[in-house]
Amino acid sequence: MRPDELRTYLAKQHGKSLLRFLTCGSVDDGKSTLIGRLLHDTKVIFEDQLKTLEKDSRKHGTTGENIDFALLLDGLEAERQQGITIDVAYRFFATEKRKFIVADTPGHEQYTRNMATGASNSDLAIILLDARKGVLTQTRRHAYICALLGIRHVVLAVNKLDLGDAEAKDVFEAWDEQFRAFASKLGFASIVSIPMSALRGDNVIAQSQVFDWYRGPTLLAHLETVDIESDRRARSFRMPVQWVNRPNLDFRGFAGTIASGLVRAGDPVVVASSGRTSVVSRIVTMDGDLAEAGAGDAVTLTLKDEVDISRGDVLAPPNARPEVADQFAAHLLWMAEEELLPGRQYLIKIGTKTVPASVTELKHKVDVNSLEHLAAKTLQLNEVGFCNFSTTAPFAFDPYGESREGGGFIVIDRFTNGTVGAGMIEFGLRRATNVHLQAIDVNKSARASMKGQKPVILWFTGLSGSGKSTIANIVERKLHDLRHHTYILDGDNVRHGLNRDLGFTDANRVENIRRVAEAAKLFVDAGMIVLVSFISPFRSERRTARELVEAGEFLEVFIDTPIEVCMTRDPKGLYKRAKAGEIKNFTGIDSPYEVPEKPEIHVRTVDITPEDAADQIVARLRSAGVIP
Amino acid sequence: MAAPAQTRSRSPHLKRLEAESIFIMREVAAEFANPVMLYSIGKDSSVMLHLAMKAFYPAKPPFPLLHVDTTWKFREMITFREENVKRLGLKLIVHINEDGVRAGINPFDSGSSVHTQVMKTEGLKQALDKYGFDAAFGGARRDEEKSRAKERIFSFRTAAHGWDPKNQRPELWNLFNARIKKGESIRVFPLSNWTELDIWEYILAEGIPIVPLYFAAKRPVVERDGALIMRDDERMKLLPGEKVEERLVRFRTLGCYPLTGAIESPATTLEEIVAEMFTARTSERQGRVIDHDENASMEKKKREGYF
Repeated sequence: MRPDELRTYLAKQHGKSLLRFLTCGSVDDGKSTLIGRLLHDTKVIFEDQLKTLEKDSRKHGTTGENIDFALLLDGLEAERQQGITIDVAYRFFATEKRKFIVADTPGHEQYTRNMATGASNSDLAIILLDARKGVLTQTRRHAYICALLGIRHVVLAVNKLDLGDAEAKDVFEAWDEQFRAFASKLGFASIVSIPMSALRGDNVIAQSQVFDWYRGPTLLAHLETVDIESDRRARSFRMPVQWVNRPNLDFRGFAGTIASGLVRAGDPVVVASSGRTSVVSRIVTMDGDLAEAGAGDAVTLTLKDEVDISRGDVLAPPNARPEVADQFAAHLLWMAEEELLPGRQYLIKIGTKTVPASVTELKHKVDVNSLEHLAAKTLQLNEVGFCNFSTTAPFAFDPYGESREGGGFIVIDRFTNGTVGAGMIEFGLRRATNVHLQAIDVNKSARASMKGQKPVILWFTGLSGSGKSTIANIVERKLHDLRHHTYILDGDNVRHGLNRDLGFTDANRVENIRRVAEAAKLFVDAGMIVLVSFISPFRSERRTARELVEAGEFLEVFIDTPIEVCMTRDPKGLYKRAKAGEIKNFTGIDSPYEVPEKPEIHVRTVDITPEDAADQIVARLRSAGVIP
Repeated sequence: MAAPAQTRSRSPHLKRLEAESIFIMREVAAEFANPVMLYSIGKDSSVMLHLAMKAFYPAKPPFPLLHVDTTWKFREMITFREENVKRLGLKLIVHINEDGVRAGINPFDSGSSVHTQVMKTEGLKQALDKYGFDAAFGGARRDEEKSRAKERIFSFRTAAHGWDPKNQRPELWNLFNARIKKGESIRVFPLSNWTELDIWEYILAEGIPIVPLYFAAKRPVVERDGALIMRDDERMKLLPGEKVEERLVRFRTLGCYPLTGAIESPATTLEEIVAEMFTARTSERQGRVIDHDENASMEKKKREGYF
């Protein structure tokens, strides 16, 4: 190749898409032979490899004079000795139109987990079928697992069709029909059946002269052109944080691979599990900052705000968040010799998050032949079931049907550390669908229990200058020191805002207290201990306030200070001005004070300090069970 | 003359491979206590190291490099190793199996099999045990060899460093199981899905420095058992009838010089090397003496702890 040809070649690489597919089906249906044929005919096999293969074929081969392509793929000693495929092999080839990664997976039921491994990253499955045997249990099992793992496109390769012409056509059509009848329940987007002889190469790359009744594409032609719709970039943005990058104090980046969607500098993002939001400030790569990055890109994001984010968190747009739950329903493929034990704690890894989890209920297992649901207590190796899971902490996910990255998880045994299961989340259990997790209403008692207290109104009443506000302030400070959540409503913060339109007429006093009582009720609903400090001279208003809240939530605190003492104290000179007639409707002078008849707390202030008074009140709160 | 922009940029395919490798490296950095990157100085190692620089940028990779030196590497490789590590500002650990050196193990008298077993495999195990590494990156690719094609990206090793190919952990999606017990370890292959051609296209697109031995030059070679062996120093004794010739050669892979065959080639630029790849009809491993020693030799070596 000359340099100018090289440039043409390299330019062409930019237009090539990638197709990942697997070959599956029962033992001896010719999977390895088919891939060997593909690799050979697309000229991936080097001369020295071919020479070794020819040598091996003579020694171990099962194909007579022909090259035994299985030997090219069955790379393990045990596989060559037993003549079977045990584990998945990944091979690579390319044509003018596409690049391919093919997973050659084992046919034995015993190694189904290795078949599932190959299927998990594939977009298309070639299910081989031996024309002499037809649709077998393994054919159905593999078709079902492919569907379960989200593969949308299937090729049914009817192989070993080495029969006479008319007969071959009938056989092909019969198997095609039988397979479609089964697969129609699995929801594939496309099923293409191709008559084939992998050994001879018929309809693999070259159109077969033998099956001249077949008008469809060859296998390779189909693989080159099948439309694997990828909507990963069109979906909502998701990035599981892999690693927090902190090279120095000035840089804090969140490294991860974007699972879906797009992100741009300036986009708002939310940490799904905590609900904390921020804005993307930079998309950092070694090749320079990007303005935009999309699904599949490995990037490092920096955010505008200091947000607590660690490995396992998922970043998403605030208006399109993933689900966050600690219970979910999922399909589970069991992959260990040791059976699944519902109730035992395993680890699950989803995205970059690993969390302890157990199966709380095994709803049913699936019969791969009939797709029927069967009652089950456990799952054995290679069985598929539908289960409810419970995790020790909530985590973010999307249903597997929407996102392989967001809903696929592995199950790890805590003792052996083996990967024992593969799961696909169907939906989260957050509503009344599960008795173990009643939706918790955020209500008064929920709010209060988070604060470790009983919400109450402490209604301080007493004459002007009796010491209400002084004592209420001390009580609040003491409660605060005990880590309780409190709030004071008094003339200072209410008269200047909420009630600034009100004067001191009787009607206005009544409205003033009504509003204060309503506001206090809202604070009680918020779970708070609210201290109301108003003269509130009329019994009826105090009773109205009491009746707004539940029994036990209103504690009347009578700050009992004789008027003579109040007049002597007269801290603001109000009594003096009232007596001089400068202030009208002053309580105790020209407006009555109706003394509480049965206050919950009665504090006589004459011989004690405000500090003592506050202590008395706190002690009463304790005995009343308001605080512990 | 500068190549057109498109040959100097990553195709979507290379970007995908790059992102996959970076993801794997970040998983290891996040999940393991004490990872290390095996650095063998060759082209795959150069790509792996370049990807590590990208994965953790602007930080440096949070693990050291380890070179298991058999004392028979090409001298130019050692020079390149020192320069490269210095340029990137990374920590390099060089380990030599001193037991093997004392026992006089060498590829000529001991044979390639024993030499590799003692100086490479045993040396590697010594180094992993000495520093207590729980994860080790290797630059192996699945297209290299058929037992490699079967290996997981996270490949579990027992406390004795053994690989059990019949009992590998299922590896679904991109969910790697990094859980191990004390003493066990994981070999990690971030380049699993790259092909030899991808490696060269990427080196070309990213302008990654590689050992000059990959480029054609007049070099002193001896023809032995059908391979062109470069006589890199006096330790290589000539057999009767052998003579050293200056030939225009280069290397497709690099290892111990007595075990690495050169190919005759006029390719002196990256473009020419990549162009040559298309006409190559033999695999890169053909130049390696060790793979042909016995049947299934790679799998056997891997079971014993080889990378």
